[in-house]
Amino acid sequence: MVVIEKIPGAELIRKVPGGGFFLTTSESFLKWGKASSLWPMTFGLACCAIEMIATGAPRFDIDRFGAGVFRASPRQCDVMVVAGTICVKMNDCIRRLYAQMPEPKYVIALGNCAISGGIFYYDTYSVTKGTESLGIKVDVFIPGCPPRPENLLFGLMKLQEKIRREKDAAR
Amino acid sequence: MRPDEISAAIRAKFPQVKEEAGTNYIIVPKESILEVSEYIKNPPLSFDNLHCITGIDRKEKIEVIYTLYSIGEHYGVTIKINLTSEDLNIASVSAIWKSANWLEREVYDLFGVIFSGHPDLRRILNPYDWQGYPLRKDYSNPQLIAKPRL
Ligand code: SF4
Repeated sequence: MVVIEKIPGAELIRKVPGGGFFLTTSESFLKWGKASSLWPMTFGLACCAIEMIATGAPRFDIDRFGAGVFRASPRQCDVMVVAGTICVKMNDCIRRLYAQMPEPKYVIALGNCAISGGIFYYDTYSVTKGTESLGIKVDVFIPGCPPRPENLLFGLMKLQEKIRREKDAAR
Repeated sequence: MRPDEISAAIRAKFPQVKEEAGTNYIIVPKESILEVSEYIKNPPLSFDNLHCITGIDRKEKIEVIYTLYSIGEHYGVTIKINLTSEDLNIASVSAIWKSANWLEREVYDLFGVIFSGHPDLRRILNPYDWQGYPLRKDYSNPQLIAKPRL
């Protein structure tokens, strides 16, 4: 009970004065749980994926945010980190992976390539101009070429914030 | 063997083979590619490793370039073949060097050169239903965003 301010989502919880238990709404409890256990997909497309891997390693330790459980199947994932250049040949694959993820699902576009095509924007026949041009809604954009692991962690925290502010927790 | 010696050895055997001015690349007429390949694959030259096949679009012609290396003798040679844009057919060397199989598919995919006698001439990098040959100078496609020239 003493460390209640330290846990993520502490603002959602109220302590019963003098009691050994606390009160919350099931809605905010659900959102807190969702935000604290974002399982990403094992899915890297180009150089930015290396940064995502570095973020998973001990120095940056994405596990601190409950997002270190990279799943090898889209059916067990909550968040797709589009990490890298989207080649035209990859379009269908990405659409299919996204469609296979169960709701609620979130998308992080990591790096300039995944946002808009990045350095491959001009004069390139083989690169898709960003995740949104595939018709996939992106929740958090993280610019950089490549973004540092801290940027991915920051983006992850922004996504957690976004989830906690959602109107409809059962989305 | 030095590059000029290799070039001289090949030209002594095949009079139709030329040397490119200023380099030691050898220029082979496209009818002779199979016999020249057969000869240089085996001893005494023994070019047993085909590194790379690539192309250059020079607008009036397409050059197909073969880069060969001899693992035992530690020397290499570069062969060029000039194809006119009207006739992009050339004999496949995939029966001589196995690595030519995928390399020729790549040149077919990007330049549209047809390798006759290839066992499986499909696109390799682009999707199978791709239209056009992207590394040709005159290639364009609606998704291509031209860079503004400043
Ligand atoms: S944004 Fe830069 S680092 Fe990331 S995939 Fe594209 S080119 Fe690579």
